[in-house]
Amino acid sequence: MSAEGSLKTDLTVYVGILVLAGVQIFMAYHSPGVVRMLVIAAIQAFLAVMFFMHLRDEKSTLKLALIPATLFVLVMMNMVWADSFRLIQFRAFPK
Amino acid sequence: MSEANLSMEHGAGVMEERPFAIPSKKLVMWLFIISDACTFGAMLFAYGYVRNAAPDWPHHFETASIINVAIMTFILVTSSLTMLIGTRAAHAGDKARAIRFTFITVALGLVFAALHLREWASMIHEGATLFQNPWGAPLFGASFFGITGLHLAHVISGAIALTVVALGYKRGRYNADDIEIWSLYWHFVDLVWMFVVPMVYLLNVAQ
Repeated sequence: MSAEGSLKTDLTVYVGILVLAGVQIFMAYHSPGVVRMLVIAAIQAFLAVMFFMHLRDEKSTLKLALIPATLFVLVMMNMVWADSFRLIQFRAFPK
Repeated sequence: MSEANLSMEHGAGVMEERPFAIPSKKLVMWLFIISDACTFGAMLFAYGYVRNAAPDWPHHFETASIINVAIMTFILVTSSLTMLIGTRAAHAGDKARAIRFTFITVALGLVFAALHLREWASMIHEGATLFQNPWGAPLFGASFFGITGLHLAHVISGAIALTVVALGYKRGRYNADDIEIWSLYWHFVDLVWMFVVPMVYLLNVAQ
């Protein structure tokens, strides 16, 4: 852990994450939308990884080793949506 | 044979710098975390798949459930903050403060688990189980209990691991690096919850 960080930064990030959680709950009742919800969750996750887990203080080689690989796997999982939407209408696979 | 002797024998003379400038065990924890992120990612994608494809997916969560989830979120994010304070204290050499805050983290984790189990008990009492759902799509129970159960297992195992590491740190068996490494795991458990809440609860609020 780097000595650069401070409790003040930790508290700011902590409050920021809680405020974003509050925004999500507000949205759930007023304008629920999966994309908006997940964008907020991604911002919360980014704050947690960079500030709570201190990835921002690590060498760029570590960031390069971890982040692109994880994002690649998670992005590739999006291939399931086409089939999921097909199931709604029970369309047969094209021949 | 030590690493230093090994590098001398191979003619390097000087130890090569670690490529990531972190202890090996911290790198292992990071690798575990990204593999676990993919596991949770797959679970959440599977949840999205069945939710999207089911026309009668239940919007079951009443305001009382959402308040419970908000409290659980507050507790888990606060436990990340206490873990951070404990880690900073460990690195500053303040052993007593580090152990105190690590145990506060464990206590908050256990409160989170208790609230979660209470919610589960209430849903099971209403008839939802792994294989049945009284409110609509049968896969709701399997996906809800599967995802929240996996997360709950992480919280409980994290609480056990932090207890073991804090006690070992107190006895001198572990050092500040070990506290920091397990704090990474704890923050990851918190991070996963940030995706579970909107996907599983907030998008299924009873309007």
